[in-house]
Amino acid sequence: MAASSRAQVLRLYRALLRESQRFSGYNYRTYAIRRIRDAFRENKSIKDSEKIEELVNKAKENLEIIHRQVTIGQMYATQKLVIENPGNT
Amino acid sequence: MLNKLYQPKFCELSPFPGFQTLAAFHHTANAPTRRVPQPRNAPQPRASRSPTRRGAVPPAAVPQSTADPRPAAPEAREGTEQRSRGHAHGEAHHEAHLHSVEAAGLRLPVRAHGHGHLQRSAQPAFLSRQQVADLIGADPREIIFTSGATESNNMAIKGVARFYKSRKKHIITTQTEHKCVLDSCRSLEAEGFQITYLPVQKNGLIDLKELEAAFQPDTSLVSVMAVNNEIGVKQPIRDIGEICRARQVFFHTDAAQAVGKIPLDVNDLKIDLMSISGHKIYGPKGVGAIYVRRRPRVRLEPLQSGGGQERGLRSGTVPTPLAVGLGAACEVAQEEMEVGGSGANWPFFPFPSACTSASLEPSYVLRAIGADEDLAHSSIRFGIGRFTTEEEIDYTVQKCIQHVKRLREMSPLWEMVQDGIDLKSIKWSQH
Repeated sequence: MAASSRAQVLRLYRALLRESQRFSGYNYRTYAIRRIRDAFRENKSIKDSEKIEELVNKAKENLEIIHRQVTIGQMYATQKLVIENPGNT
Repeated sequence: MLNKLYQPKFCELSPFPGFQTLAAFHHTANAPTRRVPQPRNAPQPRASRSPTRRGAVPPAAVPQSTADPRPAAPEAREGTEQRSRGHAHGEAHHEAHLHSVEAAGLRLPVRAHGHGHLQRSAQPAFLSRQQVADLIGADPREIIFTSGATESNNMAIKGVARFYKSRKKHIITTQTEHKCVLDSCRSLEAEGFQITYLPVQKNGLIDLKELEAAFQPDTSLVSVMAVNNEIGVKQPIRDIGEICRARQVFFHTDAAQAVGKIPLDVNDLKIDLMSISGHKIYGPKGVGAIYVRRRPRVRLEPLQSGGGQERGLRSGTVPTPLAVGLGAACEVAQEEMEVGGSGANWPFFPFPSACTSASLEPSYVLRAIGADEDLAHSSIRFGIGRFTTEEEIDYTVQKCIQHVKRLREMSPLWEMVQDGIDLKSIKWSQH
């Protein structure tokens, strides 16, 4: 399995970010995006293939978690926060 | 005004659950009933056992009533899920438990068969116990699930005090503890115990010399919270642990605000009892845990009697979905701590009465650190956590400044302050 290719990692990264954008909750959305960026940046120079595979699997699991929670969140969406409306003083 | 700034749920002084623990939690609630394929060599259902518990831990000393009409439940084993009445009901629950376990990202060699027996080590609550224990450096057998830190605090304080009451009747705590600790102490006073409430200095920390001086030959417990929920100070837990261990007095800490944010190792810090809150670490509400040391053994009289679950210290069916959520939250908190702190700067501008709202009384914590009445009355607390964004902070600060300016413009008192008058010197005329 060409498991841990660079392309796959990038695909996962984009998929995670794309899915996180769909969170209807402001705080979950911002946290997920921030955390994904930080985690990928932090691990970008890891060379050990076993470790890479472990991280890739964790990323896949998290992608599924985010997907489920995005879906549930959209079922129970609440109004936008005041901070999400631009030009509010 | 505050309600417009935030949606109601963000006004809650406790954070809402992280979506990772929601994942674990939701699955349990919504799992469809699904037949788990039976493995060929499924273990035979266990023969009904005698009420003695498996494992090395004897039950807590609970006086047995000689006239107990009900037979001791054979399911009352350490760590066993309490089965509900009907088998089908139980089975659906077990499927749901499997889902919640899967959702929490745990991989287990689960062997479930018709009777819904799960191998003990594969039960979700067992894994969750491990996760909680790992976060604080404890053994999983030392973790007891409760309904929250309030119950854990009650258990620790009342339980230890009552167990040792024949020889020891003194407890030391501080004036800035959470209400549940102070109230538990107050109720013990009514039972004939003597409590010392240590004052705090202006910085909110206790004076270690005063603590040492407060010890008596009949002191059974010292209870000091690790991080204060109102003013955010970290007590010198390590020093307190040393002092207590040297005098062979049990040390309990309410670590609700500290767990998952600062490293807490119960052996390193010589902690004997620790209260943990689920929702404070972004887990579900309605669950918590208490760490009860086994070596040297801390004995406590259980608050809740029943089937003997949780080593006999806290009877009652363990709420599996909540326990799984707590475990998942602990695991995430551990990762976040390693990465660099989940919202490292938590508090805090103190709020008038955090957990005791509906009264106009100023916070007793603020009073304890010597804040003036008017300052205590007019304080607002903003909690910052894992999900807080810089944008939100900037916005809040800006709004605060804007409205304070507006109010000051209307205020005759502010005019006087600007003219150099000391407000405390004013003699208010009687009406």
